[in-house]
Amino acid sequence: MGRYVIRRLLQMIPVFFGATLLIFLMVNVMGDPIAGLCGDRACDPATAAQLQKEYGLDKPVWQQYLTYMGNVFTGDFGTAFNGQPVTELMADAFPVTIRLTIVAILFEIVIGITLGVLTGLKRGHPVDTSVLLLTLVVLSVPTFVTGLLIQYLLGVEWGWINPAVSPEAPFNELIVPGLVLASVSLAYVTRLTRTSIAENKRADYVRTAVAKGLPRRRVISRHLLRNSLIPVVTFIGADVGALMGGAIVTERIFNIHGVGFQLYQGIVRQNTQTVVGFVTILVLVFLLANLLVDLLYAVLDPRIRYA
Amino acid sequence: MRGATHAKWAALATAVALAATACGGGDSGGGGGGADGIVSSSWGDPQNPLEPANTNEVQGGKVLSMIFRGLKQYDPKTGAAKDMLAEKIETTDSQNFTITVKSGWTFSNGEKVTAKSFVDAWNYGASLKNNQKNAFFFGQIEGYDKVHPDKGEPTAETMSGLKVTGPQTFTVKLTQKFSTWPVTLGYAAFSPLPQVFYSDHAGWLSKPVGNGPYTIDSYSKGSQMSLRKWDAYPGPDKAQNGGIDLKVYTDNNTAYTDLTAGNLDLVDDVPASQLKNVQADLGGRYLNVPAGIIQTLSFPFYDPAWNKPGQEKLRQGLSMAINRQQITETIFQKTRTPAVDWTSPVLGKEGGFKDVCGDFCKYDAAQAKKLVAEGGGIPGGTMTISYNADTGSHKEWVDAVCNSINNALGNNKACVGNPIGTFADFRSQASTQKLKGPFRAGWQMDYPLIQNFLQPLYYTDASSNDGKYSNPEFDKLVNQANAESDIGKAVGLFQQAEGVLRDDMGAIPLWYQNGSAGYSDRVTNVTLNPFSVPVYDQIKLK
Repeated sequence: MGRYVIRRLLQMIPVFFGATLLIFLMVNVMGDPIAGLCGDRACDPATAAQLQKEYGLDKPVWQQYLTYMGNVFTGDFGTAFNGQPVTELMADAFPVTIRLTIVAILFEIVIGITLGVLTGLKRGHPVDTSVLLLTLVVLSVPTFVTGLLIQYLLGVEWGWINPAVSPEAPFNELIVPGLVLASVSLAYVTRLTRTSIAENKRADYVRTAVAKGLPRRRVISRHLLRNSLIPVVTFIGADVGALMGGAIVTERIFNIHGVGFQLYQGIVRQNTQTVVGFVTILVLVFLLANLLVDLLYAVLDPRIRYA
Repeated sequence: MRGATHAKWAALATAVALAATACGGGDSGGGGGGADGIVSSSWGDPQNPLEPANTNEVQGGKVLSMIFRGLKQYDPKTGAAKDMLAEKIETTDSQNFTITVKSGWTFSNGEKVTAKSFVDAWNYGASLKNNQKNAFFFGQIEGYDKVHPDKGEPTAETMSGLKVTGPQTFTVKLTQKFSTWPVTLGYAAFSPLPQVFYSDHAGWLSKPVGNGPYTIDSYSKGSQMSLRKWDAYPGPDKAQNGGIDLKVYTDNNTAYTDLTAGNLDLVDDVPASQLKNVQADLGGRYLNVPAGIIQTLSFPFYDPAWNKPGQEKLRQGLSMAINRQQITETIFQKTRTPAVDWTSPVLGKEGGFKDVCGDFCKYDAAQAKKLVAEGGGIPGGTMTISYNADTGSHKEWVDAVCNSINNALGNNKACVGNPIGTFADFRSQASTQKLKGPFRAGWQMDYPLIQNFLQPLYYTDASSNDGKYSNPEFDKLVNQANAESDIGKAVGLFQQAEGVLRDDMGAIPLWYQNGSAGYSDRVTNVTLNPFSVPVYDQIKLK
């Protein structure tokens, strides 16, 4: 197990460098960021040249990448165009998005798995049919429609919540946005759990457990659920990264100043430092989440042994 | 039914959670009413650090308009430049100016505003070393080329044309005659700066100190700035409210929703998608007034195919093929006004706004087709209109303009849109003359002067002349106008120059942009100035 973890950690190094280099190149082909900085009026050439020098944009891309990566390892992610260090932007944005992600994942786990188990055990039952229909609706409606609708109904019509989340973004204000963000994944988790449970219900080990006379609750939680959760855990693990980077729609709708919003601004303003910095962290989050998923397999299923 | 109980619990938990949110989100607005109340307003994250000579976009400009007062101040209604800190600005030859600064003014930290406060600030703004994006505003002052050379290192620290002659007086020497130069002094780049700006620059940036009716109480970058009324403000335009809370919104739709939910007092950019509902949502609490912004189509005069003699007829024909009326009504819901010249209605008649374009800006398909044919037809048979696709919903109107041209010419391939991914990429291609075919150009005035709509855009090799339009006759008239000391005559000369522009159709005027704002029933006296920025200090709470 220990060797496996070390091997996985070593594998992360080339993935990390490859991913950051790719995003660095992608941002760079978008053109000269300084030109956008001056608005509809062109910068005067001398100032533009000076700014390029300041942000290191006058050097070849490979050299920029090396300098950048060198700085990253000393904790310096560069400066955004508004004069703020990118680390400061991160310190503002990541806690907010992490809170939002936690809310969303909790919804996925609690509601998604509960509904999945329920429907998996009662296939064909009216409860199963109605939940399936419901998830179909959730899956087919885009997030921004759900988001705007819920925001309008709860925020404007009924006045239950504030339509906009305050800059501090405490947990209680993130519940509704978190639910919106989780909605699609939640439907997937439900369906995934349902299929998995339904499939394993007839497995030999479940029959044996029942035959042994174990209480129903124990059969479901210890035997059935534990094995059925493997694909679900894989999905949720991968979803952690996807939710953090992909929260942009939800963040815009509910005025959440998180990672998605900062990335969007960075791309629109072509702020290389912001985009690359945030993506670098997101790549790390993805890698760690995947590692965690792989490790969880072993916990869930003792049959899976690693060299 | 054990599973069902679980589901019930989950539902209950959600309900409790929702209730908790409602309690947490209950406090709205804030502060009491009357003269001490706080107005909350939507805001966008400024793109650049907040420095007077470094702020070239609206969001940062809003703050500067609240915390700074310059020598001149533009009247929020008429746009006329009135003396604010200037006691008098004298000149005999339109080139040498003597400026007297009123005494009795201070910065909010107590420091006196003197002639030096201006001279130092202008020298700072002009110096290449400080990377100020609005440095070229000081370009007319003698010695600018020494502190801000086109190439190489600066050879001087300060501009030779600026001299402090007394505690409250200084002189300015320009490189050439420019009679309306004092009118430009209301622009934020010409604001005075306190000593602390230089001695503790980082500190100043995190909490700017100025001399305007408001002081900055707190500023958390990217989320909110709280401005409070400065009680000791010496000026005549004291704040009529206790302060302004500027809140950064990720999307102007959310700001609008927050306004309709009663959590926000002022939205100064009503999203296009909400224009249909605005009457029902806000009743009369909606403003839609012309601002000093014009959209045009520029031509690539640097491209030989677009710079042949006789092609002015082609350009005039294209202009007549665009149905401005229809596009502004259907696509923009009347938040744009069809253009009849190259300036803006906010200048007023005296300022030089006049229907110069005439029939060339009116839709006439038959005449358009005829003129395009006489002008040699569209080069290559097809033209593209380049625009940035990321912001500003330009796609819709560019497609509409192309449709209009195609219909008028009876040729489905005459015009197509050419989206460019990002604004930065679009701007870098435009400013380096890489665009093929016409491209969109937007211009927001810096100060309400007809000169500002013409010289930077169409004068030979001017700073924003991206299409490289050039006509000696136009240049000559602009020079004459700048040298003319009688303002009325100067405006007349600028209009003549505009006539030259029309005969060449150096750029096709499309429409003037309106500023829009919506406000809550807590506030009154909300107006937009000619720059489409709310006049924050005049807003009153009920």
